[in-house]
Amino acid sequence: MIVWEVFRQEKKGKPFEHAGSIEAPDAAFAEAWAREQYGRRGESEALWIVARDAVHEVHDFPDEFDLKYRRVDGYSLKARLKEARGRVEAGADASRAR
Amino acid sequence: MDESKRVRTLLELADDELVVGWRDSEWTGIAPTLEEDVAFSSIAQNEIGHARAAYELAARELGTTADELAFDRSPGEYLCSPLVQLRLLDWAQAIARRYLYEQADRARIEALMRSDDELVAGLAAKMDREEVYHRMHAELWAERLRDEPRFREAIDELQPYLDAERGSGTPLFTDLWEEMTSVRRSAPGAEW
Amino acid sequence: MTEAEFIEHLHGGGQVEAGDWMPDEYRARLVKFVQMHGSSELMGVLPEREWILRAPTLQRKLALTAKVQDEVGHAQLIFRVVEDLGKPREQCLSELVAGEAKFHNVFHYPTQTWGDVGVIAWLVDAAAIISQKALLKCSYAPYARIMKKICWEESFHILHGRDVVLTLVNGTEAQRELVQEAIDRWWGPLMQFHGTKIAANDDPMIQWRIKSQANEDARQQFLEGYVPQIRELGLTVPDPALRRRDDGVWEYTEPDWDELKAVVTGHGPRSAERLALRRRFLEQERWVREAVLAA
Repeated sequence: MIVWEVFRQEKKGKPFEHAGSIEAPDAAFAEAWAREQYGRRGESEALWIVARDAVHEVHDFPDEFDLKYRRVDGYSLKARLKEARGRVEAGADASRAR
Repeated sequence: MDESKRVRTLLELADDELVVGWRDSEWTGIAPTLEEDVAFSSIAQNEIGHARAAYELAARELGTTADELAFDRSPGEYLCSPLVQLRLLDWAQAIARRYLYEQADRARIEALMRSDDELVAGLAAKMDREEVYHRMHAELWAERLRDEPRFREAIDELQPYLDAERGSGTPLFTDLWEEMTSVRRSAPGAEW
Repeated sequence: MTEAEFIEHLHGGGQVEAGDWMPDEYRARLVKFVQMHGSSELMGVLPEREWILRAPTLQRKLALTAKVQDEVGHAQLIFRVVEDLGKPREQCLSELVAGEAKFHNVFHYPTQTWGDVGVIAWLVDAAAIISQKALLKCSYAPYARIMKKICWEESFHILHGRDVVLTLVNGTEAQRELVQEAIDRWWGPLMQFHGTKIAANDDPMIQWRIKSQANEDARQQFLEGYVPQIRELGLTVPDPALRRRDDGVWEYTEPDWDELKAVVTGHGPRSAERLALRRRFLEQERWVREAVLAA
């Protein structure tokens, strides 16, 4: 028996999400059996069935040198914004004073 | 289709689907693999669902209800094929019956889909959309069991039942009917 | 990772996936627990299956068949989790039919009437769902994930059970009596179902974050939810000592823990017969799995 991973799409427009796995001798049985295990209540719009061996897992993401510029938390605008606003106000005050 | 022929057609269809569904439901919990168990049970439930829909159409004409037609007729009044009445708790035989039944049923449904009776044709079309998967399932298994002697023997043994005359006045059916109706008969007319 | 770090990870709410390192004790306890759940689903099928062939209306026939089908489906989900933890399904099934695998007490008892069908789907399933909802927080993620589908499907079972019971209590006197009589027989096993009163701190299953609810808490939750439901139908609970204290705690006659122990070790009224049925079909169809379906 081969292990098949089943991904289901709940509604059109939603992503396919991993739902579980079944054991079947071939793709035809896997389809017949996944259809019932993950769709007999009409709860799925569609299923993807993939042999477990065909799934490649990737799970190591080194970030040793802190390349934060690629993320939102890599930017701190508060101080510069405060300075810029301060300049505008100071400039406005100076004009009024003249 | 004249009235009595229509009712008879519907009852033959309903009685076949009811009884084959009843027999197929017996595999729930004891099929060869868990995945197959779930799938096989869906087939049985679809069949009961088909029976219910056909009984409902007949019931309208007869002024009764689907449950009364399904349960409250006497054992000799059912119009099912002898093939569906057999209790087959051997997998090769169960699949052989599924396979033979689906072939015969396909011919019947295709004929009914061409009926000039709109309701009957509509019912047949709906059934067909589900039967597509029953046929695929039967063919998948028949292909796997093709070279298995016990499957070939089962087909040979069961074929004559398919061609035998419809009717339910047999001890086999009476046993089935008694089991099927035992709770219901304990309080006739009651709600369950 | 060390065992201490693993435990710290769990206590901080961390989860574990199938491929992660885990201490031997965690893996062993997890396999045993999850296997027992799977065995219970497979054995739970048998008492209800008897009534599939005797359901008194088409709707009840369909609903009951679908309920039992769901239980088989749950066994499938559960045994896949066990297999991914390293123990093959066939081995689990062999142990079960050899009487070496435990399963919940309730599935060792007979179902005698249609009243049992309603009471089981309503009350036994209710007791089970309380435990199952607590398992949604299991530290072992693959198991927690299947519990979502299981809990979702169980919600239909309770509705079906309640519908059957309500129809009976609204029916003839004899039909009402079916329900009361079934409650009288099932109350003992129901009270034993959640197990003995181990304190959370003494329960290794809670330390390993496999279970998240103490046995007594589950039982209290069951009583709090379901005794009022039983009584509002004019039905009685066969325990004269059952009462709710002012502080909300339910008092009851101490369950028969000897009975529980005897039953889960295979000495219940129907244990041998049901295992024999499972064994018969497992053996009878071995040729299908080994020859026909071998890829």
